[in-house]
Amino acid sequence: MIVRILGEGQFTVPDDHHEVLAKLDDTLAQAVDDGNEAEFTAALSALAAEVRRAGEPLADDAFAPSDLVVPFVDATLEETKGLLAESGDASGSDDR
Amino acid sequence: MGVMKRFSGIVQAKTNKLLDKAEDPRESLDLSYQKQLESLQKVRRSVADVTTAKKRIELQATQLQGQADKLQQQAKAALTQGNEDLAREALARRTALAEQLSELQTQHQQVAGQEQKLIDTAQKLQTQVDSFRTKKETMKASYTAAEAQTKIGEAVSGISESMSDAGMSMQRAQDKIDGMQARAGAMDELLASGALTDLTNPVDDIQAQLDKASTTSTVDAELAALKAEVGAGAPPAAELGAAEHGDAPS
Repeated sequence: MIVRILGEGQFTVPDDHHEVLAKLDDTLAQAVDDGNEAEFTAALSALAAEVRRAGEPLADDAFAPSDLVVPFVDATLEETKGLLAESGDASGSDDR
Repeated sequence: MGVMKRFSGIVQAKTNKLLDKAEDPRESLDLSYQKQLESLQKVRRSVADVTTAKKRIELQATQLQGQADKLQQQAKAALTQGNEDLAREALARRTALAEQLSELQTQHQQVAGQEQKLIDTAQKLQTQVDSFRTKKETMKASYTAAEAQTKIGEAVSGISESMSDAGMSMQRAQDKIDGMQARAGAMDELLASGALTDLTNPVDDIQAQLDKASTTSTVDAELAALKAEVGAGAPPAAELGAAEHGDAPS
């Protein structure tokens, strides 16, 4: 699958990594819902680090839409919530 | 997937706005390329805006630093004159300035960080746009292939997504600068009004006190010299005093 880190670029991550990323993403969503800045920053860095570690940067001449998008890594919780709010509601998790 | 899926949707929505529904997919390649060139222009302009904001902060920092240095010298001059209260006042103002300066330095770091990110974004987008220009001709040539249409769609969506990313990066930088511009404007006003330091006037109040003290001591010195000169001949006080009271000064 292809994962984009906003402001950074795209990575090809092996499909079997889906679960690892999903777990990190859940932690991130929880931090957004809790409004915990420290946890949010830590979870976001961990998620981006895993994408970089497990993935390969997409070549500049390979053009493909991403399956998943990681927010700007250096963004504050408030900024990230602002972007989420643009798309609907500002909670981190989907309605499940 | 919570946050990543949500952001995927956000980027997708922005990307969709960039896509043209061309009858002929080959035409969409050229339309997309035009948009890419426009995007590149915008990112470059945005870099220039951020650089301007950075320079404004640098200018203010230089002004504040100059004033802080001047206050330091004034404190020293006041101490030389033995005026500790005035020296204390100058140092107190200098401390207040140092706080403002430290805030400016933090802002400067943030703006410089945004500038570097946008420069990176512009370079990356430039590389992708260059690759796309080459690739689109190849795609047009092989258009007869059955899967070509899908490939063209993917390529256009892919690079449009990069344009959305660059657009969001620009928006971030712009938002940050807007906040700083407001503060920078307030700082300019403070500097201009002299409320911060009174040092925009060529002679501020601390300087005025120093000058006054200096004038007084010059007058004292000249007076002493004059006394000595006159005293060397015939004591004037004795003469004047003798005329009235008849006793010489001790």
